[in-house]
Amino acid sequence: MTTEPITTEAKKVRNFSLLSNRAGAAFLTPAGLLVSVFVIVPFFWVIFVSFTNRTLLGRTALNPEFVGLANYLALFDPATFFQRGQFGFSLILTTQFVLASALIGQALLGLLLAWLIQTVPPWIKRLTETFVIAAWILPEVVIGFAWFAFLDRDAGTLNMMLNAIGLPSGDFLLDQPFWVIVVFNTWRGAAFSMMLFNSAFSSIPPSYFQAADVAGATSWQKFRDIAVPLIRGHIVTNLILITMWTFNTFTPFLLTNGGPSYRTELVSIYNYRVAFQDFQFGKGAAVGVIMMLINLAFALVYLSIGRKKKAPGT
Amino acid sequence: MASVAFSKVTKSFGEFKAVSDVSFDIGDGEFVCLLGPSGCGKTTSLRMIAGLETPTSGQVMIGGEDVTHFHPKDRNIAMVFQDYALYPHMNLADNIAYPLKVRGEAVSKRHARAKEVADVLKIGHLLDRLPSQISGGQQQRTSLARALVYPAQVYLFDEPLSNLDAKLRLEARGFLNHLQRDMGMTAVYVTHDQAEAMALATRIAVMDQGRIVQYASPIEIYRRPATTFVANFVGNPPMNLVEVEATKDDGKLQLKADGLTIAALPMTDAIGTALAAGSKLTLGIRPEHLDVAGAGAPNTITAPLFANENMGPESLVTIDRGEGARVTARIFTDDHIALGETVTLGFAADHVHLFDSAGKRIPEING
Amino acid sequence: MKFPALFGRIAFSTLAALIGAAFALPLLWFLFAPFNARAELGLAIPDPFTLSNFNTVFGNGFAMQALWNSLIQAVGGVILVGAAATLAAYALSRSSIPGKGAVTYILLLFSSVVSGSAAMVPIFLIISAAGLMDTHLAVILTFAGGLLPTAMFILRDFIDSIPKSYEESAMVAGASPVQAFFDVALPVIRPGIVVIVVWSFVNIWGSFLIPFILLRSSANMPAAVAIYSFYSEAGTPVVTLLAAYSLIYSLPVVALYLFVSWRFGFRFFGGIKA
Repeated sequence: MTTEPITTEAKKVRNFSLLSNRAGAAFLTPAGLLVSVFVIVPFFWVIFVSFTNRTLLGRTALNPEFVGLANYLALFDPATFFQRGQFGFSLILTTQFVLASALIGQALLGLLLAWLIQTVPPWIKRLTETFVIAAWILPEVVIGFAWFAFLDRDAGTLNMMLNAIGLPSGDFLLDQPFWVIVVFNTWRGAAFSMMLFNSAFSSIPPSYFQAADVAGATSWQKFRDIAVPLIRGHIVTNLILITMWTFNTFTPFLLTNGGPSYRTELVSIYNYRVAFQDFQFGKGAAVGVIMMLINLAFALVYLSIGRKKKAPGT
Repeated sequence: MASVAFSKVTKSFGEFKAVSDVSFDIGDGEFVCLLGPSGCGKTTSLRMIAGLETPTSGQVMIGGEDVTHFHPKDRNIAMVFQDYALYPHMNLADNIAYPLKVRGEAVSKRHARAKEVADVLKIGHLLDRLPSQISGGQQQRTSLARALVYPAQVYLFDEPLSNLDAKLRLEARGFLNHLQRDMGMTAVYVTHDQAEAMALATRIAVMDQGRIVQYASPIEIYRRPATTFVANFVGNPPMNLVEVEATKDDGKLQLKADGLTIAALPMTDAIGTALAAGSKLTLGIRPEHLDVAGAGAPNTITAPLFANENMGPESLVTIDRGEGARVTARIFTDDHIALGETVTLGFAADHVHLFDSAGKRIPEING
Repeated sequence: MKFPALFGRIAFSTLAALIGAAFALPLLWFLFAPFNARAELGLAIPDPFTLSNFNTVFGNGFAMQALWNSLIQAVGGVILVGAAATLAAYALSRSSIPGKGAVTYILLLFSSVVSGSAAMVPIFLIISAAGLMDTHLAVILTFAGGLLPTAMFILRDFIDSIPKSYEESAMVAGASPVQAFFDVALPVIRPGIVVIVVWSFVNIWGSFLIPFILLRSSANMPAAVAIYSFYSEAGTPVVTLLAAYSLIYSLPVVALYLFVSWRFGFRFFGGIKA
C-alpha cells in the first residue's frame, strides 16, 4: 500500500464542526429573511399601527395620524364594552367558546376516544378513527359547507334525522348559533387530542396495566390510577395547544359569518370585521395586539413546560 | 503509513476537561488501543486525530506534520465508527466505494476495488444489498471494508465491535488481528473492553479522567500495572485488591489485614519512600495466582465462602471478607471443587503487587 | 371471560361506534351528493349514480382556474418552505453558530404568537406596501414565512435524531462539507423533508383566511375562497357543482394523508398539523 502525502495547502480549521459558522449563517439566511418579514415584522408593525387611525380607504389610508391609546380606549370603552358587536362581548364569547369547545369538548372527547379505541375490536377502532380524523384533515371551507348542508333548516341531515324520530325541525344556525359553533369546533378538533392521548397511552408499558389486571383493577380504576397520572404532561401540553388554536381559529366564520347579529363573532372574526369590513386598520391592529399578548402568555407557559421537560436529560 | 503524536493536548467542553494535557507517540505500523471506562477521554482523543474535534490547546501530528487544524478530509485517514455509519440509501458497493468516489475515481474502477475488498471480508456476494438488508456482523464488515478501500496513513477504530454479540465479536477480533499482521497498518483503536485491547494492541494507553495512566505493551500492563486503577481495569476477573496496614519490623515489611497471613517482605528503597507517605498500602493478587491453600502454606487469605462458580475449564472461587471486600481465585480445573464454609486461598510471594497509599505501584518489591 | 368484562367490552365498542357515527354524519352528504345530478342540501341516495356533476366542474372555467391557483400557491409555498427549512434546520442542528438555541426559542415563540388571525392587519399592510396585493406571490410568501418556524423546528428535531457519524464518516473518507451534505446528509433527511413538504402543502391548500384577505380578483383566487364564494355570495348555491367541486378539492389532502400514514405511520402526522 502506498502512502499519499498530505496536501500541504490544506485550509486551516479553527474549530471543527460539521457545518462551519459561515456556511451555517448562509443556510439560515433564506428562512431568516422570510420569517423576519412575515412573522417578526408584523409583530412590531401591528403594535405601531394600533397607535394610529390608519384606515383602508380615504385620507388616513395614506397619512395616518398618531392617536395614542385612542384605539385601545375605544375597545375598552366601559359604556359599550359588553354590547353585542363590541370587543368585550367578543372576548367573553371567545372565552366561553374556548372553555366549552376546546377544554371541555375536544380534550374530554379526545381523551374518551383515545381510551376507548385502546380496547375495542380493530375494525371499530379503524372506522371511528377514520371519521374523527377526516373531520380534522379536510379543508376548512369544505367542512364549513358540509355543516351548512348538515344543519339546513329544510332538508339538512340533522333535521331529517330529528323528524325521523318524531322531533320537530330546528333552525339551529339561527336559534343556537353559539352552541352550533361549540359542537362544530369540538367535532373539528377532537382528532388532535385523540391522537396525542392515544400516543401517550401507548407509550405506557403494557406491563403496568397487566400488573393492575392481576391486582383486579377495573377499567375505570386503570384509567384513573395509572393512565391519567402517567400522561399528565401530555394533558397539559394538549390543553395549552388546543386553547391557543381555538382562541385563534377563524373557521366558524365559514359557517356563520360571525352572525346572526354578532352572536358567533369570536375575536378573530371581530378583528376581520373591524379591519376589512369597517376598514378601521388602527382599531383592528389594537385587537391584533391584544390577541398576540394573550397568545404570548400561553406560548410562554407552553415553552417553559417544554424546557423543563427537556432540562434533566440534557 | 505514518506515525501519530499528541503533544500536550487538552480538550475542554465548557467547564469539563475531556482530555487534559495528554502526550504520546504512536510509531509507524503500531496498533495502539486507547482503553478506559466511558467518559475517560479516549473517544475524544480519537476524534482529535480524525479532526472531528479541535483541541483546545496542544498539537496533533500525523506523519510528523502538524495537522491540529486540518479538516478531516485533508488528513488522509480512515475510520470505522461504532454505529458503522453506513449510508442507508446506498447499496454496499456504493457504500464501500464512497471514499473513492470523493477522490474522483471512475465508477468502474471504484466498483472493482470495492469488490476486491468485499471479497476479502466475505461480503462480496452482498454488494447489491442495502445496509438494512444485511446482518449486524455483515454491516460491521462493510464499514471495515469502506475504511480499507483506500490507502490511508492511519486507521482509526471507535469501538467497532461493541455492537456485535459475543461470538461475532471474537471472530471479528481475530480477523482484525490477522489484518494488522498482514498490513502492518498504523491503527488507533478505542475500546472499553480490556480483552479486546490485550488481544489486538502492540501498546495500550489506559486512560482515566482525561489522562493517560499507563502507556505500555499489553504484557507490561498485565504484569506491572502502574496504578490500582489499571490493575482493576485489566484482567478478567480483575486483580484482587486488599487494603493492608504496613509496618517496618526488624528491617522487613510486615503486612496486616483481616484473614491475611503473609511472610515478611524484604525492604527496598521504594517501599521506604511509600511508607513515608502513608502506612495504608494496597496488596494486589491476580485471581489466576490464587489457589486453595494446603496446610501450612506461608501466604494465605481466609474468609467465608461467597460463591463457587464452575465454568468448565476453570472455577471461580470467591470469598467474602466483609463490607463487600471480596477476593476471587481463578482455579484451573474442570472438576468441581469441594469447599467448606470457610476457605483459605494461598499465593506465592513473587506474585504479589503492592501499591502505595495514593494507589501508585511500588516497583520491584520482589527484588 | 367473566360476564361483567364481556358486558364492559360491548359497552365500550358500542360507545366508540356511536361516537364514530356522530363524526361521520356531517360528512355523509359528501359521499352521495357529488354523484347525484339532482343533489340538494338533503341527504339522498343518488338515483341514478352519475358523474355528470364532475363534468360540470371540469366545464366551469372559474372553478378550474381556482384549483389551478390553489396548486400554484401550494406548490410555490412548499418549494420555499421545503428549501429554506431544510437549509435552516440543518444549520441549527449541525453548525455551532453561537446563539442558535436562542434563535430557535424566539422563532417558536413568535410563530405561536403571530397567528394569521391576529396579524391579518400588518400582513395586509406589508403585502400592500410591497406592491404584491392580489398576486400569487403574496400568498406564497406569507405562508412560507408563517409555516417556516414550525417546519424548521420539526425538521431540526428530525436531523438531531440522525447520527452525526454519517457526515463525519464521509468527511473522514475525504468528502468536503458540500459533498457530505449532498451525498449523505440530504438523502438521509429526505423522509423529514417529505413530511414538512406534505404538511405545508396541506396547510396552504386548505387555508382560507390569508388568500381571502390578500387576493381580490377571481383570476388569482384559490379553490378555498372560490368554494366559500360559491355558497355564501351566490344566493342559492349550485349544490351539484359545489358537492363535486369540494370532493375534487379535498382529494389531494386525503391522498397525502393516506400517503403519510402509509409511509410514516399514523401518529407522526398527528403531531404536526398546525
